[in-house]
Order: sequence, then C-alpha cells, then structure tokens
Amino acid sequence: MVAVNILTTKGLTKNYGGIKANTDIDFELQRGKVTALIGPNGAGKSTFVGMLCGRFPATRGEVFFEGQNISSLPAHKRIQLGIAYTFQITSVYSGLTLLENVAIAARRRLGKDFASVTEKVDSVLAQVGLSDRAYQIAGDLSYGHQRVLEIAMGLAQDPRLFILDEPTQGLAETEIDDFVKLIKSLAGETTILLIEHNMDVVMRTADQITVLEFGKTLASGTPDEIHRNEAVQAAYLGTAADA
Amino acid sequence: MVNAHRSYILHISIIGMLAAMFFILPAYHVGNLSRIMVLAVYAMGFNVLFGYTGLLSLGHALFFATGMYGLGMAMNTFNIAAEPAMLIGGICAFLVSAVIGFLALRTSGVAFMIVTLMFAQAGYLTILYFGAYTRGDEGFVIPQADRMIAGIDITGETARYFSALFLFSVVFLLIMYLVRSPFGHTIVAIRENEERTRMLGYDTVRHKLAAVIISGTISGIAGAAYALLFGYAGATFATVQYSIFPLLWVLLGGAGTTLGPIIGTIFMFYLIDLSSTVTQAYMLIAGVVLVLLTLFAPQGLAGELRRRVFKWLP
Ligand SMILES: Nc1ncnc2c1ncn2[C@@H]1O[C@H](COP(=O)(O)OP(=O)(O)OP(=O)(O)O)[C@@H](O)[C@H]1O
Ligand SMILES: [Mg+2]
Repeated sequence: MVAVNILTTKGLTKNYGGIKANTDIDFELQRGKVTALIGPNGAGKSTFVGMLCGRFPATRGEVFFEGQNISSLPAHKRIQLGIAYTFQITSVYSGLTLLENVAIAARRRLGKDFASVTEKVDSVLAQVGLSDRAYQIAGDLSYGHQRVLEIAMGLAQDPRLFILDEPTQGLAETEIDDFVKLIKSLAGETTILLIEHNMDVVMRTADQITVLEFGKTLASGTPDEIHRNEAVQAAYLGTAADA
Repeated sequence: MVNAHRSYILHISIIGMLAAMFFILPAYHVGNLSRIMVLAVYAMGFNVLFGYTGLLSLGHALFFATGMYGLGMAMNTFNIAAEPAMLIGGICAFLVSAVIGFLALRTSGVAFMIVTLMFAQAGYLTILYFGAYTRGDEGFVIPQADRMIAGIDITGETARYFSALFLFSVVFLLIMYLVRSPFGHTIVAIRENEERTRMLGYDTVRHKLAAVIISGTISGIAGAAYALLFGYAGATFATVQYSIFPLLWVLLGGAGTTLGPIIGTIFMFYLIDLSSTVTQAYMLIAGVVLVLLTLFAPQGLAGELRRRVFKWLP
C-alpha cells in the first residue's frame, strides 16, 4: 500500500544565530496533491523548504521522504530521490542558452543518453511555451521568462515532489494563468509544494494549505478550512479574505 | 550532430597543421614549437580547472613540477627507463592533485586561490629543502643517453617534435571529447552557477575534485614530458611564475575554449621572443599587449573568434 504522505517532518527547526527561523515544525505532505505554503514575509517559508531539499542544514529535527529518513542526506542525494526545487530568487544559467539550461537539468537523470535528453528538453520547452526561444541566452530573457525557465528546469527532472518558492512573483497576468494551468496538469502524478503570496493562485490551485507564522505552523487544512480559520484570518488573510 | 563533426574536423586539421609546420618552418621555430606544444599541454590542463570549472588555482606549478621531478628523479636517482618514469611522473601528479584537491576544495573563491598558492610555495620550498636529492635551484640534467622512448632517441629535433606533437594531440583530442561529455557539461554548469547545479542533484564537490585531478594530472604529464624532451628538471619550474604562466596563456588564448591554450601559448611565446629582440624591456611590451588584449578581447583570442565568427567552437 502506498502511504498517503510523500513527505513528513518532525520537529524541524532552524536557528540563524539568535533568529528562530523555524521552530519544531511537524508537517505532512499528501501525495499527488498541490499544497500551498503561505505566511507573511519572513515567516520562515523559504527556510522550511530549504531544509526539506537539503539546501540549508537543519538545526534539529527530521525529514522523511517516501518513508525514508533523509535528514542526513546532502542536497544532491535528496534531489536524486526525486525532489526538484526552484529558487525564490531566480537562479538560472544566465550565460547559457535555454536549451542548455534545461538540458543540464534533464541530463542528471538521463545521463549519456543524448537522444532522450534532447527529447525531454524539447517536450519541456514546448510545455512551458519557450520552444521558439530555445537558442536564446537565458540572461537575455525577460524576468518573467526566466521564472518560467526555472520552472522548466524543475519539470525536466520529472520530479516526484516539486517544490516551488514563489514561482509567480513578477509574472504577468497571462503568465500566471499559464502557470495555474501547468500546475493543474501536473497534479496527480507529481506532488507539489508551492510557496505563494498571490492568494488568487493559491485558491485556484491548492488542495491543501499550510500557514506559517513566526516560524511555526499556524494552521493546516483544505482551502475552505483555512478560509474559515479565525486565527488565520486574524493573523494573515484578514484583508485578503474580504477582497 | 553537425557541430560535433565540424569540431572534430577542426581539431584534426590543427594537428595536421602542426605536423606540416615541421616541414615548413626553419629549425629555430621548429625547436620553439616543440617547447610550445608541451607547454600548451600544461595550459590545457590548467584550462580544465580554470576555463571549464571556473576554479582559479594559483599553484599549478606544483603539479607541473611534481610530474617533472617524478620523472626526473625516477630516471636519475633510481635509474628507471623513460617510459615507466613518464608513468611515475603522471601517477605522482595524480596523487598530489588528489590530496591538494581534497584539501583546497574546502575553500572557494579567493581562499581557493590563496590555498593553492600556499601549497605550491610549500612544494617549491620542499624541493629546495631536499636539495641533496633534487639539486634545488640549480636543477639537474637528464643524460641524453637515457632519453629514449621505445628505442627511439628523442633528443633529435625530429623525434622531439613529433613526440611533443603526439602528446599534444592526445591531450587535445581528449579534452575535445571531455568537454562534450556529460562530465564536461556539468563542470561548465558548476562554473556558471554552482548552487543551481547542486540543487539540480549534481554532486558538485565530487565533480570539482575530479576536475582538479584531471587538471593536475595533465599538468604533471606536461612537466614530465618537458623534463624528458628538454633534458632538465629544476626548481624554477615550481615557482609562482610557472603558476602564473598557464593563467596568462589561457586568458590570452581564451579560457574555456579547446583552442585557447595552444593559441595563447604560441602568442605569448612569440610575444616575449620578438619583443626581447627589440628591447631589453621585453616584459614591458608583453605587459602592454596583455593589458590591451584583456581590454579589447576579454574572452581571449579563441573566445573572440567564437563570439564573432564560429559560434559552435567548443
Ligand atoms: N541566511 C540567513 N541568515 C540569517 N537570517 C536569515 C537567513 N535566511 C533567512 N533568515 C531569517 O529567517 C527568517 C525567515 O526567513 P525566510 O526567508 O525563510 O522567510 P520567508 O517566509 O521565505 O519570507 P519571504 O516571504 O519574504 O520570502 C527571516 O527573519 C529572515 O530574516
Ligand atoms: Mg521566501
């Protein structure tokens, strides 16, 4: 039987010197669902997902992926297990072509098999609508297109768990619509953990929502539950819920 | 793949051109070119780390000298024949670069430059300290009679030229192959954005270590070949100057290009050669040209070629 949760954490904690960025977070991520992680600026969202994929070492606590304790694995080993991660601050290979950017992402899994790397790159670029820019240098793209490229690099890894840190930040309205469609098309096969400030995107995509505040989980549940949750309304949604 | 074919033809033609030079050029230049080809092997080794992986070592003379002394001492102190001595030189450089890589890669950026510089300095001082065996600054001559490969006396101009060309060609083609391989693409990815590469699931530390070892071993083989072909090993080759040379060659020729090292080495060799016939202050002329080139062709000669004409250059 396949477990419901693809990833769980126990007591995950991160201190930066005196700053408590995350404190004792117990978290469950349901397989095949889209889970949104929301919370005010500085709540500790990026820190939290950074500890899931191994980008930052945890001060203490444990991370389990597919039942395996991955707490002591370095980032590249966790990624190799099928976790893809996109940065909040765009991080692409700005000196290389889009094609090569996506190829590097695909090649890690497909290795020497040139044909399937090419095939993968073509299909991913088509999926995100960047095919006609394949030979452009990534650094020459608009900010929005660089964000999309970053998502493409995640997709090229065929992840089981796809973690996106504020992917729609700085995207135009039409690009956001495309992004929402893309996420919906992935859901089911791929588990998605989405950090998102845009509540409209959250409401359109999320099956589950977790709210972080001051480095702790404030609430978890379906969008409806979160919407009705008074603590959340008070702390965060307040105006957004009325809008 | 068309680009792969083009690049293959280009590399083979360059080797062919170098072979033809032997018959075209006067003896003086043939002698120079033998030297240049061996030094270009050193530059190619350096380029793997600096040009492709983006790690600037200021201590590559250590690897060059390790290969040189590995071979030289094997031959002179232990009376080992040239072929196994060559192998010993390579193995020594391999081991030293593995150890240095392991230690130095705990740092990055400027710290990496300083750590490699310090290790090379320590290596240089070690050579001086054991002057009884290494003959220190004075160095030692490898007897002409011992310098035979497969029964061929390589001290003659012809044999020496073609031995140098052979070594050059092997490394040249090896690197052409390497940079097109997944490993080559990955080290370029590390150069372009290491954190992104790590978060794409690559073991960046292991790749960087492999790059240091490949780079150091090739540099060591160049050092061993230099000692064998020109019959001399000395501590000068372990000085900072010899760590800076490959950097200049590669910068001039084009870092991160397969052609850059040979172009840069030829260019700089003749720059110094020609300007020293004109004036005593030849280093001044060399310096001015270097500054001009970095201003107007910051990607080096091959880099400019790639940017302007041949976009497909590897
Ligand atoms: N490298 C660091 N060193 C020190 N403090 C840090 C570091 N990274 C994050 N912090 C602090 O940890 C806290 C949580 O930061 P984090 O980036 O995880 O928040 P976030 O929820 O992602 O915010 P945002 O919505 O602005 O992206 C903040 O107070 C931040 O200042
Ligand atoms: Mg953040």
